[in-house]
This record gives sequence, C-alpha cells and structure tokens, in this order.
Amino acid sequence: MALKKCAFIIDKAPYKKETSRLALTHAIASQSAEVYLDDGDNIEPLVAFIGDGILNCLKNQRALDIYGVTSLEMHIKNALLLGLNVYVCKEDLERLGLSEDSIVMDADLIGGESKTKIVSFEKIQELMEECDHLMFF
Amino acid sequence: MGKLTIGVSSSLVGSMSLDFAVKLAEAAIDKGHEVDFWVSGNATLLSKKTQRPFRDYSHLGKKVGELIGRGLEAAACESCCEARGLQKEDTMEGWKRYGMEWYLASCFSADRILYIGDE
Repeated sequence: MALKKCAFIIDKAPYKKETSRLALTHAIASQSAEVYLDDGDNIEPLVAFIGDGILNCLKNQRALDIYGVTSLEMHIKNALLLGLNVYVCKEDLERLGLSEDSIVMDADLIGGESKTKIVSFEKIQELMEECDHLMFF
Repeated sequence: MGKLTIGVSSSLVGSMSLDFAVKLAEAAIDKGHEVDFWVSGNATLLSKKTQRPFRDYSHLGKKVGELIGRGLEAAACESCCEARGLQKEDTMEGWKRYGMEWYLASCFSADRILYIGDE
C-alpha cells in the first residue's frame, strides 16, 4: 500500500499549444489510475502554475464560444471539484499584474470544496521536493 | 534494473523531441531497463502505421516497432488519437491504446519518469 506524489508544473500560457491542457487532463486522470494499480496504491497529483502558466488560471475564458473547445478554466474547476491540490505562484501572479480576483480560486458553482492556493515560489519548490515525480508542461 | 516511464506530447514531424525520447528508450533497453513509452497529444502520430520514411523527416515507426519487439511497452492516449482521426485500425502492431490513467499508473511503478511536453 503506497501513495506516490506527482507534480504537474505548468509554466506555459494556454491555447498556443496543448501542453497546459494535457497537464490538467493527465492530472485529473490520476483519479482513475487505481484501476491499473494494486489495492491501496494510488497517485496523488499536485498542480502548480508558475511563470506564464498563471495565465491558464484567468477567469471568464471563452474558449468554448470562440474556439469550440473546453477552457482551461473549466479544467481547473474540474480539478478543484475532484479535490486536487492546485497552487499558483504568488510572485508570478503579481508580476503579471493579476490578483486573487482575476483567477479561478474555487469551483463552488459546481460543488467543489477545494480552493486554489496562492503560495510563494519557495513553497512550490518545497512541495516539489516532497514529490516522487515531477513533470513540466 | 530499473523502470523508466517516458511521456511525450511533441509532434512526430516538426520537432526532434520524439527522436530524442525514442533514442533514450533504446539506450535504456540496451542497458536492460524496463521502459514504458506514453504518447499523448500530437505525439500520438508515432503510433500510426504506414509511416513512410523520407530523409527530410523523422521516421521513427520502424525503430519503435523494433523496440516493442525488445520489450518496450508503447501506449497511445486513446482520446488524443481519436481527436486526430487515428482509429484503432490505424495503429501500428504492438501499440496499445489507453486512457491517461494508464500513464499515471505507469508513473507509480517507475523509478524515474521523463515527460517532454513542449514542441
């Protein structure tokens, strides 16, 4: 019986490439990884947005209206709905002139209880140290 | 010997990241390691059969087929394939198609993982 922590670090802006979307879909898929694992084993994902990756978290994305695809905002809300740990780098948020009000902080409207956590880059580094595996998207 | 899980989402053509990933997989197998190879996004094109070799473009299909014969576990993201019109019957022999949870489960048992997510 074991738990492995996997960090999905997102440092690229959304919509130009598919990378941040794949990070979120892979992180969310960890919720059903147990079908391939032994009883009691599981994966604990951690999603952290740093650098330009913060732009994935902006509120009021209209990807569905404009591109006909689900928005990264919707994926982040789904991650929060599933109870994933979602972190946003405080320094990069400020660097981009954004605030807590500008980004997805919860998934209250769809019944999620988890909240986005705005933390220092130092804290994100500490969290990465605790992970078994790191992936950069 | 250890287990290495490699995940890639870079294009088969237009990026050399998949070439590097396949070479790394080969080197690990040569050293006796177990390798799981996961492709998602544009990298799913690697699982398509009837790739035609041109000297100007990467043509990794044959090499991956050889590595599968040597024990490489190669799997492609099913939804990424379907979104690109790659049907099951288009898939090269030896490749598997799974949901993304397979990759996460592979990470669980891996000693090391490498994910190449950018082009």
